[in-house]
Amino acid sequence: MLSLNKIKITQGAFELRAHFDVDVGQNVAVVGPSGAGKSTLVGAICGFIDISTGQVMLHGRDITQAQPDARDMAMLFQDNNLFPHLTIMQNVGLGIRPTLRLTGEEAGRVNDALARVGLTDFGTRKPSELSGGQQSRAALARALVQSKSWMILDEPFAALGPALRAEMLDLVADVAAETKAGVMMVTHAPEDARRISDSVIFVADGVAHGPQATAGLLDNPPPALKAYLG
Amino acid sequence: MARNAKPISRVAGISAATFVVVAVLLAFVGIGLRVKTISGLGPAEWQAIQFTIVQSALSALLSCALAVHVARALARRKFWGRTFLITLLGAPFILPVIVAMLGLLAIFGRSGVLNDMLEMIGIAKISIYGLQGVVLAHVFFNLPLAIRLLVQGWQGVPAERFRLSAQLGMGPRMVFRLIELPLLMRILPGAFALIFVICLTSFAVALTLGGGPRATTIELAIYQAFRFDFNLGRATLLSLAQLFVAGGAAVLAFWLVPAVTFGGGMDRMQKRWDAQGKGARALDSMCIAFAASFLILPLVAILTSGLRGLLEVPLIVWTSAWTSLWVALVSVLILLVLALPMAGWIATSRRASVEAIGLLGLSVSPLMIGTGWFILIYPYANPTDWALVVTISVNAMMALPFALRILVPSIRQTAQTYDRLSGALGISGIAFWRCVLLPRSRLQIGFAAGLTAALSVGDLGVIALFGDPDRSTLPLQMYRLMGSYRTDAAAGAALILLALAFGLFWIMDYWGRRNAIAE
Repeated sequence: MLSLNKIKITQGAFELRAHFDVDVGQNVAVVGPSGAGKSTLVGAICGFIDISTGQVMLHGRDITQAQPDARDMAMLFQDNNLFPHLTIMQNVGLGIRPTLRLTGEEAGRVNDALARVGLTDFGTRKPSELSGGQQSRAALARALVQSKSWMILDEPFAALGPALRAEMLDLVADVAAETKAGVMMVTHAPEDARRISDSVIFVADGVAHGPQATAGLLDNPPPALKAYLG
Repeated sequence: MARNAKPISRVAGISAATFVVVAVLLAFVGIGLRVKTISGLGPAEWQAIQFTIVQSALSALLSCALAVHVARALARRKFWGRTFLITLLGAPFILPVIVAMLGLLAIFGRSGVLNDMLEMIGIAKISIYGLQGVVLAHVFFNLPLAIRLLVQGWQGVPAERFRLSAQLGMGPRMVFRLIELPLLMRILPGAFALIFVICLTSFAVALTLGGGPRATTIELAIYQAFRFDFNLGRATLLSLAQLFVAGGAAVLAFWLVPAVTFGGGMDRMQKRWDAQGKGARALDSMCIAFAASFLILPLVAILTSGLRGLLEVPLIVWTSAWTSLWVALVSVLILLVLALPMAGWIATSRRASVEAIGLLGLSVSPLMIGTGWFILIYPYANPTDWALVVTISVNAMMALPFALRILVPSIRQTAQTYDRLSGALGISGIAFWRCVLLPRSRLQIGFAAGLTAALSVGDLGVIALFGDPDRSTLPLQMYRLMGSYRTDAAAGAALILLALAFGLFWIMDYWGRRNAIAE
């Protein structure tokens, strides 16, 4: 279980509060208006943004001060998920061991992950030779070999077209199911939330509201969410 | 709108560029007139060439090597006074060279702070004269430039990349290899080339700290051939040597020199997870302390000795300060008349080679131009009567490459963004400049003008060739005071010059910032 225990994040005049639990293996979407603090929330959960008060607990362990790599989480960013000067194979390999030196067995795991996301013959290429969708797949392959208990996604597919985005979301859901990981995904699009998430965290007016069942929440939105959904 | 219709006319830009090229060519003609009288390069000339290259290479190497550590510390540490230190990094660029010399002498000179300290602990004194002094002064000026270029590079790294490396658990070594090394490989060659070229034509530093057969740059040798021997043949020969050395290097450097962006955004910093170890912290603290004291101590020395000497300043210092002030203002005017149309032309031209004209100013040395023009003027008039005219023009031309580097990106972006809208509204030519380009580039224009004013007011170059006691600028007057060991008066003059340079820069830069359109 991932617990946010009365956390408060302060950035200048901006404040965001959250107090809720999410079960492991859940798929949650984080929605809300631009600038409400969706990215800030997931950044803080992953350890990139300092939390002023409160604790983040994972499996009963306090990880509030833990380094980003010691949190059992893999994050996909909006951009720059791959190092442009490394091959796809190397980029994915960094998920197993951050040194670029892999054993034969580990290289095999990288190849399996690439095959799983449909990039079998792309291992020797550089990210710039891949399309946007293929780059997302490569980043997903890395999350696959990292096999952490949470995959945190900060709108990684925002730049893709609707069909491709749906395809990537399904792939995320499949990969997460295989590794028994939970997914927390920031998104602008309610249809994305409906597609893969069991529940929704709504962020607005300085508060991240605890997860509520997706269908129920989106079908009967409270006033603030209704205003956002339009 | 017709496909080829452009809101910016090329005529004005091409005319301005032609004017610059002709001015440089005239200097060549002058030199060419004397080529008959010259013999081959003698040992003294070879020595000057060798020294010029060696000191430039050492200065560039040392500046870059130190800058790597300081820039990394600045990019990843938050500390008290960080914004101030980063602002201060811009100071050496507009600090008159001769003023900085006084500050460096106060710290590193024969009776400077450093030698006093060495004497106390019983170590032999070190000398600031010769190769080590010239390199020291060049590092003082160019280390901040290299740091700024590198800090920009670090800040250009997307935040996600450091986050990603933290998430993957990379140690400092991997972060260096994967993120910082590629960055250094991209920026350092350009930084090295830029500093190397700048140091090749440096004159005032060599004049103050060099000299003698073992520490004479080509530029200084031209001056000596003029002032001491009045040997125009030798000056011509050296000018040709300078043209080959500096011109060749500048042409090579053109492809390497990075885009220098000035001003805002430098005080952002990135959170890092790989640099929290004790060793890294200690190293960074040392680097920051070193850079801060290296920059601040000479400036403090200028201020304190200047305040003491202010009352000793003879009247002639004030009259030459007045001369320097209007020389600088006219230089700025000429620069803008040349740079704005040229920037408009370069910004809308598809050929990158056009930008090379702007670099002509970097590759030709002021004393070489001065020598050429002197030879042309000499048969018809007394060159000293033309001292200030020549100084004004050369100053404007020397500032041109920097001004173009500042102006072109902003004008290019503005022209591209508003090209179609302006075309649809029928705004073109002067109206396009007045309504669109000038207001949108106000920030850059103010900065370029301020930079030119500061460079011009503090310049000690061709004026040293042409000047006489009646027609001297403040830097030349100050140099004379130093030469006659009137140290207090020189320190007072230095403070006045410092105030003029920083004041002019501040006023013009402030004009640009005020009401600048927020992006």
